[in-house]
Amino acid sequence: MSTVQAARASTDPSTDPAPAATRTGSRLTGSDRVIAVVSHAVLIIWAVIIVVPLLWSLLSSFKTSTEIISGSPFALPESWQFENYVRAWNEAGIGRYFLNSVIVVGASLFLVMLLGAMCSYVLARYQFPGRRIIYYLMLAGLTFPVFLAIVPLFKILQSMDLLGTLPGLILTYVAFALPFTVFFLYAFFRTLPQEIAEAAAIDGCGDWRTFFSVMLPMARPGLASVAIFNFLGLWNQFLIPVAINTNQENWVLTQGMASYAGQIGYAIDFGGLFAAVIITIAPVLVVYIIFQRQLQGSVTSGALK
Amino acid sequence: MTLVQTEAGPGGAPAPGGRPRESFSAWFQRNRRRNLTFGRISFFLVFLGLPLAIYVLLVLNPFVQAVQISLTDWGGFDNEFNYVGFANYAQIFSNEAFLTALRNNILLVVVLPIVTLVLSLALASIVTVGGASHGEVKGLRGSSFYRVISFFPYVVPAIVIGLIWGMVYNPRGGLVNGFLTAIGLDAFGSFPWLGHPRTAMGATIFVIVWSMVGFYMVLFIAAIRGVDPSIFEAARLDGAGRFRTAVTITIPLIRDNVQTAWIYLGILALDAFVYMRALNPQGGPDRATWVMSQELFDTAFVANKWGLASAMGVVLALVTLAFAALVFLINRLTGAEKEGGYQ
Repeated sequence: MSTVQAARASTDPSTDPAPAATRTGSRLTGSDRVIAVVSHAVLIIWAVIIVVPLLWSLLSSFKTSTEIISGSPFALPESWQFENYVRAWNEAGIGRYFLNSVIVVGASLFLVMLLGAMCSYVLARYQFPGRRIIYYLMLAGLTFPVFLAIVPLFKILQSMDLLGTLPGLILTYVAFALPFTVFFLYAFFRTLPQEIAEAAAIDGCGDWRTFFSVMLPMARPGLASVAIFNFLGLWNQFLIPVAINTNQENWVLTQGMASYAGQIGYAIDFGGLFAAVIITIAPVLVVYIIFQRQLQGSVTSGALK
Repeated sequence: MTLVQTEAGPGGAPAPGGRPRESFSAWFQRNRRRNLTFGRISFFLVFLGLPLAIYVLLVLNPFVQAVQISLTDWGGFDNEFNYVGFANYAQIFSNEAFLTALRNNILLVVVLPIVTLVLSLALASIVTVGGASHGEVKGLRGSSFYRVISFFPYVVPAIVIGLIWGMVYNPRGGLVNGFLTAIGLDAFGSFPWLGHPRTAMGATIFVIVWSMVGFYMVLFIAAIRGVDPSIFEAARLDGAGRFRTAVTITIPLIRDNVQTAWIYLGILALDAFVYMRALNPQGGPDRATWVMSQELFDTAFVANKWGLASAMGVVLALVTLAFAALVFLINRLTGAEKEGGYQ
């Protein structure tokens, strides 16, 4: 009871206009301290569970396969095996797959952002018959599992001679990333003020110029958020490439990594496996740590839309 | 839904001479004849026609075709097939492997979302409102550090997460057994976590939870921060403890976010392909982790039975829709407001 009264006294703004934050440090009650310790302990344990497997992978990427299998998992490498990275990059083909991933994700990201922005702009800003139907068709694309589409998709790409090619993969990525992009940007374009578009129209801008030189620059914050999520989604995409990108020359990173799966437990190049893991995750992780503030902002706006 | 034009939608033009505001649609109608120029037609063709063409060709078209193919005995390579009615569906439900997979998926769809939601809601509550019980309602100090770390798995491809954990669980040189031996539990020296029928599914679920909690934690943190802080202060003044605040105040206030998260996690649990493929490509001991998506993939791309695989896809889609409907229903029955309110 006394705790509640203390809280009442210190939070009641009418009797106590002084900033409450200045006094919280000095007046922690006993139960507060216990809870703070427990809370921190929970967060620390979770953080350790997240970080330790990643750090262990980093450490193991410098070990020999024998060390990984027979040595202590916590030991430092006897000698640092930088060759693991060279082997993974060249012999296991990770370098090639990495390049393919960059090409495919880069091209499809650019295309889906452009087409998605155009489509959502028209849906959000123009009145025409069939608008509602298009919106619901997009919703269907978000709801149904990709697995339902995978067999016919294979056949369609085969008949277009795009099966196993990078353009085919790019086109498929664009198509499947489109509904999410349109939904998010639709909401965003609705929030932009109409007056500016009309001012542009009065000044003689056509539809094209209004979009590219007025509306698109104004939509930049929304575009950035969607682009981040599309990038992660496409970079991590697994099912679509495994099913339709059948030519090993054109494999993307996730496919290259999948070829390691199922070999664990057999005599494979474990050092090279961990090096490939680090090559795959390090660039994106580093970019994330640098830009995490912006990314949190994106999740926030996504949650609150 | 939101497509219905409202007064608050794209507002009317501030017409010269102080005329009353006019809705955008009226404005468009008035100008339609003049605007149907080459510029406008080409604008619509490119802006709407091009994206829609790609979308219809590669997303909607396959969905529709899958239903059609599921009624045939199509074998993939030649274009010869016969309509066989619902024979594929009958075959699916007498297929022991598929039924095992369906059971595993149902186990996943029940357990995985709940565990992930409870954990991410708990962590999000600690981070946002877990601070001192008096003064301003706030989170723990240094909480953004934990938030950043928890999000790490979301930027790692799921297949790589599976590979890392496959090695972490590895009986030879794996981190888990290394840790257990180090604290004196020598019995676990070479315990095969993914290779034992009793632990394979649990170990797999843990990996998926590990990879998902951070994302939903960040999402819930954002949602809780969007709640008016005076509500939490009022609850506290009325004597509600932290746990009670979380259960009776926080969760109801962000229930739409929880519902969305639940549906996404359920869809993930009904898919789970990539995690299973990385951790136990053959389905684990006694098919303990074999799921529908794996059965579908093998039927389509190993056995080349495309009609049968498409029927599995239809079943998978129906189970997914049924699950989403169930979550909506539960949310409504437990007292969500009538308007399903996103946007």
